[in-house]
Amino acid sequence: MTSLLDRDHPYPGRLIIVEGIDGSGKSTQLGLLQKWLLNSKYRVFFTEWNSSALVNETIKRGKKKNLLTPTTFSLLHATDFADRLAHLILPPLKSGMIVCADRYAYTAFARDVIRGVHPEWVRSLYGFAVKPNIGFYFKVPIEVSLKRILNGRIELKFHEAGMDLGLSNDPRESFRLFQTRVLEEYDRIATEFGLTVIDATLSIRRQQKIIREIVKEKLLDYVPTPYLQKKENVYVA
Amino acid sequence: MSPKKNPYFGVGLPYIDPSDFKGKIIVIEGTDGVGRSTQIEALKKWIEMKGFGVITTGWTRSPLMGKAIDEAKSGHTLNVNTFSLLYAADFADRMEHEIIPALRSGFIVLADRYIYTAFARSIVRGADRQWLRRVFSFALEPDAVFYMKINIEDLIPRVINVERLQRRYREGKHGEGLDYYESGMDLRIGEDFYDSFVEYQKVILREFDKMTREFHFHVIDSSRSFEEINHELRQGIAPFLEEDEPTKKNSSD
Repeated sequence: MTSLLDRDHPYPGRLIIVEGIDGSGKSTQLGLLQKWLLNSKYRVFFTEWNSSALVNETIKRGKKKNLLTPTTFSLLHATDFADRLAHLILPPLKSGMIVCADRYAYTAFARDVIRGVHPEWVRSLYGFAVKPNIGFYFKVPIEVSLKRILNGRIELKFHEAGMDLGLSNDPRESFRLFQTRVLEEYDRIATEFGLTVIDATLSIRRQQKIIREIVKEKLLDYVPTPYLQKKENVYVA
Repeated sequence: MSPKKNPYFGVGLPYIDPSDFKGKIIVIEGTDGVGRSTQIEALKKWIEMKGFGVITTGWTRSPLMGKAIDEAKSGHTLNVNTFSLLYAADFADRMEHEIIPALRSGFIVLADRYIYTAFARSIVRGADRQWLRRVFSFALEPDAVFYMKINIEDLIPRVINVERLQRRYREGKHGEGLDYYESGMDLRIGEDFYDSFVEYQKVILREFDKMTREFHFHVIDSSRSFEEINHELRQGIAPFLEEDEPTKKNSSD
């Protein structure tokens, strides 16, 4: 099986995903985009990374008790993704909706490789993932994201700071080292999978303007809810 | 016991150095109800009597995943990729926390099923063969796989008997071979669990036959008595129980 990430999906819906390190502002941007899409009367569905009920507890428990290895960490996130793909991403895509995903398989490609798994292996895990119609990568220097994160919260989360990698005992220093490596991976991935790079140091409004223009352009050939339209046709005839 | 060059099926675990793995992995494969567990129990005692350290490891009972798999199964809404990845996570946990430490300490690892069971179960449910093999390419290749082969006619009376049927009905405890997934009820290929079990096992057995060639299983005819099967298994395993020293001792039953 060649990876589905390499070819366009056949579904009437549209899949828009955002990627970037913590504090890159991707969630803020996706939130604004969603509001705009909803306002344009599109049917929009939102899903985020690591949120399925199926393995959520296991991941939490594994993290807390330090039971996870790079391989089980990677496999559990892939399980979560497979479950959400089957239940939350494919059905709306098939029904012609716009699906907005906060993080996608690329997150795993970046993080899991740094934790030590083989790059080829983690890509093959996600071989069943449909290719997004638009993938935004929010590129930001480490200092900017660190500042944003510390602005909002006092402490960095253990795994977010990559503390499990033992790079440093200081959470801020660990975050800096870990996310620097994640950034390097993301740069590689953006090229490999043709993600659209957004300069995430720009103002929120400026970034949103750029994003909306790109989305607008990409939605030109989008026909929403073909199923419902087809049904109407039947009754009219 | 000398370590192998590339002990993995594929890419393996890049962050683990396998050069000090001294033990052996002996796998007993076979479908539900064929009598694997009873054989493994007896083999463990036999190997221990010969003075080797033995650990046994099963399928889907890792400390990390055990409960999650049961809960996921009880929901009955598992997509095939999710199903396969859950099993892969469970296996990885056991491999890294049980099998690898045992190999480092020079134990014999007796595995009650291995990745082949996952392959068969997932392929029956429509997973892609190549994808599955890549997912499990982190797995350690066993030193030997003994496949307890049985045909469907001989299997049915072993699995479907009075005691199990009553337990299934009265207590809602399904037992080996009769639970929802193990009888393939999720595939909706039969009227009731009997039809479903038969059809499901036929496909599973066919898949094991294919893998026998691909992965060079030692086939053990398991329609015979416990003693006959056990005898053949011992003969097959004996060559793997050798000391480092040049003086070879006779392996006795």
